[in-house]
Amino acid sequence: MSSRSWRKAFNDITEGTKQRQLWAHLGWQDIKQRYRRSVIGPLWITISMGMTVTALGILYAKLFGQDLATHLPYVAVGFIVWGFISGCLTDGTEVFIQNEGLMKHLPAPLSVHILRLTWRQTLLFGHNMVIYFIVLAIMRMPINLSVVLAIPAIVLMVANGAWVATLFGIISTRFRDIPPVIGSLMQLIFFMTPIVWNAEILEERGGSLSLAKINPLYHYIEVIRDPLLGSDIVLTNWIVVGGITVVGWILALLVLRNYRARVTYWI
Amino acid sequence: MVSIDVWNAAVDFPIFDAKSRSLKKKVLGKTGGQIGTDAKVPIIEALHDINISIRHGERVALIGHNGAGKSTLLRVLSGIYEPTRGSARIEGKVAPVFDLGVGMDPEISGRENIIIRGLFLGMTRRQMEKRIDDIADFSDLGRYLEMPLRTYSTGMRVRLALGVVTSIDPEILLLDEGIGAVDAEFLEKAKSRLNELVKRSGMLVFASHSDEFLAELCSSAVWMEKGQIKEQGPLREVLTHYKGKDPFENLSPRALARMQDDESDPTATIGSNEG
Repeated sequence: MSSRSWRKAFNDITEGTKQRQLWAHLGWQDIKQRYRRSVIGPLWITISMGMTVTALGILYAKLFGQDLATHLPYVAVGFIVWGFISGCLTDGTEVFIQNEGLMKHLPAPLSVHILRLTWRQTLLFGHNMVIYFIVLAIMRMPINLSVVLAIPAIVLMVANGAWVATLFGIISTRFRDIPPVIGSLMQLIFFMTPIVWNAEILEERGGSLSLAKINPLYHYIEVIRDPLLGSDIVLTNWIVVGGITVVGWILALLVLRNYRARVTYWI
Repeated sequence: MVSIDVWNAAVDFPIFDAKSRSLKKKVLGKTGGQIGTDAKVPIIEALHDINISIRHGERVALIGHNGAGKSTLLRVLSGIYEPTRGSARIEGKVAPVFDLGVGMDPEISGRENIIIRGLFLGMTRRQMEKRIDDIADFSDLGRYLEMPLRTYSTGMRVRLALGVVTSIDPEILLLDEGIGAVDAEFLEKAKSRLNELVKRSGMLVFASHSDEFLAELCSSAVWMEKGQIKEQGPLREVLTHYKGKDPFENLSPRALARMQDDESDPTATIGSNEG
């Protein structure tokens, strides 16, 4: 029986999912760890995001001549979603490399490490969402019933985090140039994605909207930002995100099937 | 049913140097033309032609010189390495104890470390919480259990780790010799716990250089040499061939008594854990 089989790949995922207590505990431990001995603990996550969002929101509202009441919430939600995406990408490339000791001493499905990372990023996202509710209360945004669409959008985002970590985690373990490449690209992508600026301004200033729309991350941010800010829902964004989710999972599963058993040899 | 079967297994480690592990060589290597055979990744053949089958109730000693492939074989049996050629089938919950320190976090308390280590060994949180008092008793840590692990002395850490490891209920227990590195007085105390652990587990594979330990815990043996199995069979026979003399001639009476038990009724000490 070869180690490259679909059955074993899916088995990895189901076995990993069953060990919920383990990865949930480790994911939460990762966060507590960072703020151990600090007085306010993980609340720092929320505070530092709050400070960044407020400062940049005010600055860019002035720079682009935007209304603060609409631009601050816009920047806030964009930043929070970006935090999750960049966290999954950068941590994802290191997910197996960093756990070398554990992986060589204790047999566990690869998905345990993936789920630990995804859970950690989801918890961080949860902490940051507090900012959204504060901004919502202060700015009295015109949200409507479509806000419930934020829930499936966030679920989709988390599902994407898992395939990103699986795919990039496995490839990066084999090719150690990938993590620094991703690391240095992240900042560039941040500035290219409409997070502190919005796509309409780009068009007003004579730029082309397609410059923003060609960026897949734009659509990921939009599917969450639109319902949360009470903007119109754009079907194209959902189609793009859904399509990438399917393609991404297919790629991740292929890589998992073919190289799952090689990862411990590579680390 | 607990069982391990390994057929014609080989384990080859690719050794990537800084250059071949990077994309540069892959990409530039192609555009740059002929690099030829030296572009291939060198391989270390750690194990080859391994055939083992272990059933419920068996207690196997793994012997051989340093670098013979004992630890790698244990990792194959635990499922950490899947054989590069051949195959391995492992049925049962594996508890590998290769390194007492792994999975221990110096920043969190002894109590939290007990839970995490237990989860890694396939236990649930509730099962581990029930065992905390027992582990605290055994390790003599008392109120230190609430302190972060970094405040512990080396001895305290080892006692805690050994306490956790010997408190679990494994189906397949894989032990590597590293656990011998404890002070003698404590080891005596640990021995009875270790013995009970072995009795509870459905299967044991134990890599060690200590004849006395092996004689107490094992009944059969696998002799590894240069990544291959040189011989497998009853412990005393294989050990005699390996050492060139009968190692049990001047063994303690207690160990010998145990061995006699095993020979007359090999399932007497392990029969309580069926299935």
